Amino acid sequence: MNETLSKILGGKQGAIGLAILAAFIMIVLPLGLDPFRLGLIGKYLTYAFVAVSLVLLWGNGGILSLGQGIFFGLGGYGMAMFLKLEASDPVSTAIQSTPGIPDFMDWNQLTALPWFWEPFKSLPLTILAILVVPTIFAFLIGYAMFKRRVGGVYFAIITQAIALILSILIVGQQGYTGGVNGITDLKTLLGWDIRSDSAKYVLYYVNAGLLIACILLSRYVLSSKFGMLLLAMRDKEERVRFSGYDVSNFKIFIFCLAAMISAIGGAMFTLQVGFMSPTFIGIVPSIEMVIFAAVGGRMSLIGAVYGTLLVNFGKTMFSETYPELWLFLMGGLFIAVVMFFPNGIAGIYDKYAKKVPFLRKLSEETPKAKKAEAIPAAPVETKEAGVKA
Amino acid sequence: MFDYSMAEIGNIVVMQAFSGLSLFSVLLLMALGLAIIFGQMGVINMAHGEFMAIGAYTTVFLSKVAETYGIVNYYFLFAIVIAFIIAFIIGYIIEFALIRHLYKRPLDTLLATWGLSLVMQQIFRSTFGAKEVSAVLPEWLMGSFQPTPDIDIPINGVFVLALALVVTVGVYIFMFRSRWGLRVRATVQNRVMAGAVGINTKKVDRVTFALGCGIAGVAGAAFTTIASTGPTTGSLYIVDSFMVVVFGGAASILGTIASAFGIAQAQSILQFFMTSSMGKVATLMVIVGILMMRPEGLFASKVRK
Repeated sequence: MNETLSKILGGKQGAIGLAILAAFIMIVLPLGLDPFRLGLIGKYLTYAFVAVSLVLLWGNGGILSLGQGIFFGLGGYGMAMFLKLEASDPVSTAIQSTPGIPDFMDWNQLTALPWFWEPFKSLPLTILAILVVPTIFAFLIGYAMFKRRVGGVYFAIITQAIALILSILIVGQQGYTGGVNGITDLKTLLGWDIRSDSAKYVLYYVNAGLLIACILLSRYVLSSKFGMLLLAMRDKEERVRFSGYDVSNFKIFIFCLAAMISAIGGAMFTLQVGFMSPTFIGIVPSIEMVIFAAVGGRMSLIGAVYGTLLVNFGKTMFSETYPELWLFLMGGLFIAVVMFFPNGIAGIYDKYAKKVPFLRKLSEETPKAKKAEAIPAAPVETKEAGVKA
Repeated sequence: MFDYSMAEIGNIVVMQAFSGLSLFSVLLLMALGLAIIFGQMGVINMAHGEFMAIGAYTTVFLSKVAETYGIVNYYFLFAIVIAFIIAFIIGYIIEFALIRHLYKRPLDTLLATWGLSLVMQQIFRSTFGAKEVSAVLPEWLMGSFQPTPDIDIPINGVFVLALALVVTVGVYIFMFRSRWGLRVRATVQNRVMAGAVGINTKKVDRVTFALGCGIAGVAGAAFTTIASTGPTTGSLYIVDSFMVVVFGGAASILGTIASAFGIAQAQSILQFFMTSSMGKVATLMVIVGILMMRPEGLFASKVRK
């Protein structure tokens, strides 16, 4: 038991890093920021779920998914559908021609609730759907692709196309999905007003708690034998396959896990922000989420959270004052991270932490096995990239 | 759909098919450049759409110049060449500054070129404005001809189609019938051996990448004849063009032509019978579905890697 615990916490250094992160997002930020800014941080932290999932999938597994927005969106839409049905009770929608269905359905001349909205009348079923639907979807995509040994850039392009399909589909089917505006005007969760300041604080803490839990879960997965195999697959896929492991099953599993973590982020996004729209699903948000993970350090679960906060904070700051500069900066960030800092903030920290006496002491106590994880500046991807027909 | 007579449906199909041919031409030109870069070099260039925009903006700019000198009727062929040259030069520089450092990391190339595309879009927006601009077309490109009274075929569509076919033949000759193409193919097959027999493989990479970008520039010039250009025009076509290349089988020119044709026709005809977004969804879903069954694409080389 103790051994498992220390594995999850990642040794002394890992535990301290996590404690600092927890203290930062749970104590420092709530004390230092007004409710509006804290709401923004809460929103960014929901993206951090996706960044964490990409650390698992991309940093450790070498699988770049440009479609994590799909799962973020599925989770978010699941929660939004439940909240929307609660907000559309027959009394408050009495002026509609069909009371009791969401307003956008009424505008689009729908007279009955579509069948796939029915399960979202119950909260337990909704939570189940948020966790299970994205996972099944990921399983189907993963099964079709990894079993045929599609990987590398092909996988990236196809997941990107799926993200595009889903966002066009949601925009096009306005009557069923709310179209380009998304699902808006969400008010209460089981009668509890999610727009009040106190609710925002509670949701913020729930979100932060879930994020830490997801990081712990990911740590556990990565520190197990499976995590080792994942790294081995990233660097020498053929060798792992010839050692007798079924590589595709591992890939499917990590893709499903990443999908589920992203979906939790999506659901928390809807709860905190109060709406969900197709702008969080398409190509652009999906690839932006990759840069969050890349800035934080594609190998570092905790770095991913800081990376997300940093990029989004920069985005908010710049788009308030110099909107035209932001795209230059964002583009430059993509190029700079890839060219000069492939290990992101975590890589810079590891490099310079040794020079600070207190931090050096910490890193010297790190178990040897951990150190072996740092990726070489140029991860070897050429061999497994592409289709092996 | 049932309000039309059979003859009318026939005419609609012909006209939709022809508008599909215009889309086919642009997709083909985009995909040819990509197929060279991706199929031969394995590099994912997410900024490819922006190279198309470079070609389009060049053409628009030249058309404004031509208008002031009153030579609108003659500038267009010249503009195609200039669009090619400018996109080629910028591609050459970008290969030198960025791409060549990332050949061993294809996924990172993808991210870096995405960043590049953001920067280029913002440059377009700052230079040419956020509004869409369009070129002044020479008179001989305007109008349409009517083989029967009910069928209306625009001349610019015919021109773009012809241009796409000429460029395709040009690429084929370059890749499979010229000394340069031989070097490119040798480098792809075995870089070390190609270097050993005296081929400057780094130069081959640079020229191949620049050539792909140049063809995207031609695609942009062609694009101005059928639509107007905005800063994000290129990004609208990038997923489609990647789908064309992957669907066709990465290294095959014939496959690229066939899949560009199939995708463009399917989109164009489905868009008439469904809504425009559902037509696109249906097409993309079928492609992704087929790619899941047959990941190597339609016309893949039968080599086990």
